[in-house]
Amino acid sequence: MSRLSDHHVIVANDIIARCPRPKSALIPVLHLAQEQDGYVSTDAMEHIAELIGITPAEVYGTASFYEMFKFEPVGKYCINVCTNISCQLLGAWELLEHAEERLGIKSGSTTTDGMFTIEDVECIAACTEAPALQVNYRYRYRVTNEDFDALVDDLRNGALDDEIPPHGTLARVRQTTPDNWADTGRRAQEAVDAR
Amino acid sequence: MPADDPGAANGSDGGAVSGVPTGPKLITTRFDQADGYTYDGYVRSGGYEALRRALTAMTPDAVHDQVKTSEIQGRGGAGFPAGVKWGFLPDGVFPRYIVVNGDESEPGTYKDRMLMELDPHQLIEGVVLASYAVGAAQAFLYVRGEMALAQERIAQALNDAYANNLVGTNILGTDFSVDIHLSWGAGAYIVGEETALIESLEGERGMPRLKPPFFPAAKGLYLQPTIVNNVETLSNLPWIINHSGQDFYDLASPTSTGMRMFAVSGHVNAPGVFEVPNGTTTFRDLVEAPEYCGGVRNGRSVKAFIPGGASAIWFFPEHLDLPLDKATVDQAGSMLGSGAIVVMDDTTDMVAACWRVVRFFARESCGKCTPCREGTTWLERILKRMLDGNGRPEDLATLVDVCESISPGLAWPPKQTTICPLGPSAVSPIVSAVERFRHEFDHYVEHGRPIDGVERHAIHGTSGVAVHV
Repeated sequence: MSRLSDHHVIVANDIIARCPRPKSALIPVLHLAQEQDGYVSTDAMEHIAELIGITPAEVYGTASFYEMFKFEPVGKYCINVCTNISCQLLGAWELLEHAEERLGIKSGSTTTDGMFTIEDVECIAACTEAPALQVNYRYRYRVTNEDFDALVDDLRNGALDDEIPPHGTLARVRQTTPDNWADTGRRAQEAVDAR
Repeated sequence: MPADDPGAANGSDGGAVSGVPTGPKLITTRFDQADGYTYDGYVRSGGYEALRRALTAMTPDAVHDQVKTSEIQGRGGAGFPAGVKWGFLPDGVFPRYIVVNGDESEPGTYKDRMLMELDPHQLIEGVVLASYAVGAAQAFLYVRGEMALAQERIAQALNDAYANNLVGTNILGTDFSVDIHLSWGAGAYIVGEETALIESLEGERGMPRLKPPFFPAAKGLYLQPTIVNNVETLSNLPWIINHSGQDFYDLASPTSTGMRMFAVSGHVNAPGVFEVPNGTTTFRDLVEAPEYCGGVRNGRSVKAFIPGGASAIWFFPEHLDLPLDKATVDQAGSMLGSGAIVVMDDTTDMVAACWRVVRFFARESCGKCTPCREGTTWLERILKRMLDGNGRPEDLATLVDVCESISPGLAWPPKQTTICPLGPSAVSPIVSAVERFRHEFDHYVEHGRPIDGVERHAIHGTSGVAVHV
């Protein structure tokens, strides 16, 4: 809905400055937009295009390739149930079915109160801990139906607020550009580009 | 439901009771150390000693020589020797880049995420060592988008490493400088293919590049010479420098050197990730030994297993005694790939298993090459209608025909009509399952249901991704 906030512009410019070419910052900056609004809005994509110096169509062209970017609001909590082979073998589809019944929605949709979205997703690299799921990209392992119910209760009553930020926020620690950033790679690449 | 706390890998050193090959832990030593992921915890347990030694007492060529001597094979899937790969860089062309492939997404694979979450400094030390060896002034650490904790831990580790002069300008007072830039994806399996990863790093759609050049070492990131290495591969470098390439080489078999991480999942009693002697440990050791998985669940037997990730040709009980050796497994007609073993017991519905792996490739096809984009989609649809009880008598022949169009001859290693191996990877489960369990497919077509005695799954999802174009 909105352009990037002043704070996010500072973060975005810091990321852009670290890249040998500005467009390399595109995916991380799209994540910033999603962190701000919970999804990637058209206004944000236009703003990002200005910051990076490309067209809005190029921004959308890249963004629409990647499954994590949402172009409409989703739930505060996106619950991604892995159904790939290791999880399928140990009951992932049954877990997904339970999740759908518990929340009263089908996979791929959002509860009317805007709290939960369910997705059935591909392998999330927790194969030895099957069946596994992620809530806003935070893991839960060997999940039973009872575990799922408790998880939903905890999310609703705020018991997991510290651990699980709202959808859109990935890492809560950012790489900062330190004083001793060498910048030799970028300068060398700029010299190549200038030739 | 344990909280967001990755389980520790079990090493094989000490307490071996069943005669399995043993060896030291090289890269999982800090998995049991509560603060192993922090700067203090890493340094206290010997971290950054290899970097100090390399920068102050070794030339870049000497570091490269140790890696060559170790003959460490890339741990990402292709198994190409890292030292040889580095040697493909053209002389005198700068800037050149190191890119770390942390986009672990191959179904069954779980080890790079552990290494990034539990020992990020070990990876960073490996990246600086590699950059020093090949003369890179900038490195890119690309982490899979869905791995929030790994991104947090690596960001913190990089900030701490910079603050302690272990990355950045004039590292440890020497004249060597390198920057490491943390970047990450946004959900796309194909980005694990190295040229697609480079496209993604350039802010593009993650589609593989046309070959040649076959190696990014010639033209990679920004069309400059680039080395793309896997997380596990680079995490081994501190150990190799602290000891020697020869020590690493001597640990296991001459054709598969060093220790290696394997994730064993599926129908076993104790699934887990284990760092074991490469090349000498067998599949049976991993599945049955009490210090590893402790056998198949409920005392059942193995019906089939995937030896190296979803792209691999499946193996069967007669393959259990093969060693985890690249040459041996290649010769037996499959691959060790990314160290991902998925065990299926005798209650497994092979049509359902086959469909699930194929659905993965259909969903993850980037769409660049027609045989893959169209072919994987049709394979998935045909298998799904069989599962739904609507299979047609001609379906099996159609499946094989479509497979032929993606990978002519259905040989191993696969021939391909596509730019990258994703399309042919969707052929592997079909060739494996149809050849061995043809009667299960026939039964579905004839009766609309699986054979007796196999477990049915409540498969109902389509492509349940929220509000996506």
